[in-house]
Amino acid sequence: MKTEKTQKNDDLMSLIQTLVETPGPSGQEHRIRETIKEMVTGLADEIRTDALGNLLCRMGSKQANGKRIMVSAHIDEIGLMVIHVDDNGFARFIPVGGINPLTCLGGRVIFMNGARGVIGAERLEPNTMPKLENLFIDTGATSAADCPVKIGDVCGFDRPMLDLGKRISAKSMDDRIAAVIAIMAMRELAALPAAKRGPNEVWFVFSTQEEVGIRGATTAAYGVDPELGFAIDVTLTGDTPRAYKRPMALGKGACIKVRDSSFIADTRVVDWMINEAKSLGIPYQMEVLDAGGTDGRAIQMTRAGVPAGCISLACRYVHSPSEMVDKDDLNACIKLTAGLVSKEVKL
Amino acid sequence: MSVELVPHIKELLAAAGLSGNEAPVREILEKTWKPISDELITTNGGSFIAVQHGTGETPRPKVLIAAHMDAIGLMVTTIEEGFLHFTQVGGVDPRILPGQMVNVHGTAQGSDKAQDIPAMVVMPPVHLLPADAPTGVLGLNHLLIDTGLLPKEVEKLVRVGDFVNFAQEPMELAGETICGHTLDNRSSVAALTVCLDILSRRKHLWDVYGDATSQEEVFGPGSITDPVLVRPDLAIVIDVTFSKGPGGNGYRTCEIGKGITITAGPQDHPYLVKKLSKLAEALDIPCSIEAAPAPGGTDAYSIQTAESGIPTVEIGLPLRYMHTPVELVSIKDIRRAGRLMAEFIDSLPADFMNEVIWE
Amino acid sequence: MATEKKSVKAINFNLGKQELDLLTRLCNGVAVSGDEQEVRQIVLEEVKGLADEVTTDALGNVLVTKRGTAPNRLRVMLSGHMDEVGVMVVKDSEDGTYEFRIVGGIDPRQLVGKPVQIGRDHKPGVIGAKAIHMTTPEERKVAIPVEQLRIDLGPGAKVAIGDRGTFATKLAVLGPSLRSKALDDRLGVFNLIQLLKHAPANVDLFLAFTVQEELGLRGAKVAAFSFDPQIGIALDSTPANDLPAFDADEENARYNTHLGAGPAIYLMDGATIGDRRLVNWLSESADAAGIPWQYRQPGTGGTDAGAIHKTRAGVPSVSISVPQRYLHSAAGIVRKQDLINTFKLIHTALSRLDPSILNS
Repeated sequence: MKTEKTQKNDDLMSLIQTLVETPGPSGQEHRIRETIKEMVTGLADEIRTDALGNLLCRMGSKQANGKRIMVSAHIDEIGLMVIHVDDNGFARFIPVGGINPLTCLGGRVIFMNGARGVIGAERLEPNTMPKLENLFIDTGATSAADCPVKIGDVCGFDRPMLDLGKRISAKSMDDRIAAVIAIMAMRELAALPAAKRGPNEVWFVFSTQEEVGIRGATTAAYGVDPELGFAIDVTLTGDTPRAYKRPMALGKGACIKVRDSSFIADTRVVDWMINEAKSLGIPYQMEVLDAGGTDGRAIQMTRAGVPAGCISLACRYVHSPSEMVDKDDLNACIKLTAGLVSKEVKL
Repeated sequence: MSVELVPHIKELLAAAGLSGNEAPVREILEKTWKPISDELITTNGGSFIAVQHGTGETPRPKVLIAAHMDAIGLMVTTIEEGFLHFTQVGGVDPRILPGQMVNVHGTAQGSDKAQDIPAMVVMPPVHLLPADAPTGVLGLNHLLIDTGLLPKEVEKLVRVGDFVNFAQEPMELAGETICGHTLDNRSSVAALTVCLDILSRRKHLWDVYGDATSQEEVFGPGSITDPVLVRPDLAIVIDVTFSKGPGGNGYRTCEIGKGITITAGPQDHPYLVKKLSKLAEALDIPCSIEAAPAPGGTDAYSIQTAESGIPTVEIGLPLRYMHTPVELVSIKDIRRAGRLMAEFIDSLPADFMNEVIWE
Repeated sequence: MATEKKSVKAINFNLGKQELDLLTRLCNGVAVSGDEQEVRQIVLEEVKGLADEVTTDALGNVLVTKRGTAPNRLRVMLSGHMDEVGVMVVKDSEDGTYEFRIVGGIDPRQLVGKPVQIGRDHKPGVIGAKAIHMTTPEERKVAIPVEQLRIDLGPGAKVAIGDRGTFATKLAVLGPSLRSKALDDRLGVFNLIQLLKHAPANVDLFLAFTVQEELGLRGAKVAAFSFDPQIGIALDSTPANDLPAFDADEENARYNTHLGAGPAIYLMDGATIGDRRLVNWLSESADAAGIPWQYRQPGTGGTDAGAIHKTRAGVPSVSISVPQRYLHSAAGIVRKQDLINTFKLIHTALSRLDPSILNS
């Protein structure tokens, strides 16, 4: 018989597995959006999909001492788009989002229409770095005519999740793990008695097209018109052999972002997050990220400006098909997210 | 004039106020601008706005004057054995860093108990650097900050993400010039003060929004969001521009102390460029046209394209050694820019927007 | 299962004398990004009396509204940019020559040895190069950087710092093709004007003749905010890199588009992921009317749609381009038939546009 703890772990793992293994590169989020919509129906008081395909979920209504808070987790992932199928059936592609050619070699992909393929490369001189234009997808086709994909078709990487005990590895932890955090926080919020859910109107946004330039959150933030907001995303670490100097590490708690290369978090929001983590006894670490942007930027820049920040989950090997996160960090992010939105906020 | 200009500039230069943490500048401006404005606003994006009501009939047209107040500097990324690794906030040339005096704004005890810790940027000896480090100029990733404090003291005071500002004291040099860090763009903020000061004694018809904007050097939430808050009818952006000097003599440079610039480029409404140039001539304010083939470089980039678009014009203060701790500006030019903006706004008829056409 | 395909008849449209005259005026006009006045004047003249509303906004976009008459009309914004790439005079050398910089994107190798026209009055000039006799073989292998080039207007000539100019190429009809310096994007401007002249009754048309597209889609950003449309469509021109590969046995997999293969519908570029509902609506419309069309190969670059789709709470958007060889040089080449088919496609698609498209 399973203990309650094991059962909880299994449930969480199955939620993560469902989310990371559902394909949905930028612009092709329909399937992952429907999956998440099913999960959050019943938790939210209002759910809508906007013009760019963002899923907007409202919990609670704004009370006199409350704020309208936007929490954004992007549901798109990096992928590839076919630009040409040659006479022999090989599909050339361009990246959707930031793709490293090194992590493509030998990779497997799954198309939105279910077709599968592997990535091959043109002849490579020894010690040279492949470029994306030297790579192609081989679907097993023998000619353009019997190739199951055509120009414009989109695929994501194909790799099952791996539960490594304390840690988990999968493709698209960026940023499906943030969707997990948001969904779990929604569940925690829904499980609270009404009086303890706080005075805020909280909009959990499952945003689209982040990997191609924070596009979904830009229009979602305009639509939600929040008074306060934060993104949930993954961040890079410096805890692997001969890594870049970065303070973030797996197992050290939720990361509270000071800045990345798209925005500087509002210092009041940073303080709000630190104080909440301290008061709930949640382990946290400070994050300064030298590369990469998040939905936090879109929230900060919307309309007449919004105090904004970001909670990050430390993640190794970001944008590879084997991204890795820590379960304790994951729980810290869930607790911190739920804690922040369920109380009166004074910045 | 009720505001003493040189002490005001020096006070502005002494404040840290890096992009994203402009509070120290806001405090100075609150004190200086309060007597000469009707209303003061701190925006969600961190900008600080002085409002001066016009005397025209309501609804009055509004002019926004934007001068960014944030400073470039450094930020702590990792703490290792008491030494601080850092990155840049805004564009910093790594060649000016070794031996530079800085202040670390330590917030490990909480932002409300922050402490400024004097420190310096140091270059580690070559044998301690990785084999792939450059032999000439070291990049930001290889330089360190030393506070002189013991490692455990540092851990107690400094946290990852703390801001680090240049500690160079401002100096007055010959020819009525002033020198120091962050004259980009506190000299324009001072010009804005001059403008507001003059206007406070005039019966201008328009509402005036003097906006010390945030984070121009990085991501620009001030210039993106302030125009949405204010919804001005037209906007003037004042920022520093390149002055001739050692290593800089291209077409974009003009002589220091010989007057200000008005930009003619895609961010500038041609009618406003023409009007402002003519006014400068009439007022005997020396002024030249700066050609801008491409957009970018100032807050005008975002202000012009806010919502349905805002007719915008840019004024430049020539400055030497941009983004070093020894920037140099002519005090005369600061006064000239402040005066030109004030006279322009004072001259605006209530129906001025009917004149602003494409021809 | 066979899909039922309703056959639609496309509008009868051709490039007659009147249309060619308009194209000539549009293409020979000088409207470098930031100073689009000359083309703006032509547009304002052409739309006079045809629209419900015409305004020029703070950036110089011409915003034209034409409401339909049928019930349940969608608000559709279409944009074509008036601006073109060119040069700006930045420094007077006091001897009739001027230092200049490129506005927008021009390969500096395209500049040398070309006649140009500068300023509102099209002052003639040339961009020269040192005599071959005075160069070394090594020098001749290196492109001359723009900083070293000068525009020569002749001794004593004066233009103002900040004046803009273009290559001095005039539009020419070459058999089935058109050749001009500014097909990008006067063809879009032309199509917007034609659309106003043949406006479908079932939609509200919001036509944006935009500025500063070549400088980062700046005009379209504010135009879209003003119009607040339900659907956005950018009409532009895109490269046709359909020349043979140097090694004849290599398949050209990066052609972007092919000349003569019809209007190019965008799936994705560097600025926009095309809304698939709109992509399918366009291709199905073309098929139904028997209009040839092609996908523009997904890739980099951007059109006004990049700004439009991110406006306010979001606008489903797509782009259509006329394929063109040699964009951003002294002259590009397009097929007349591609231009005609592009207009037919837009017109046909709009005529059968139904509000239910946004519910799918």
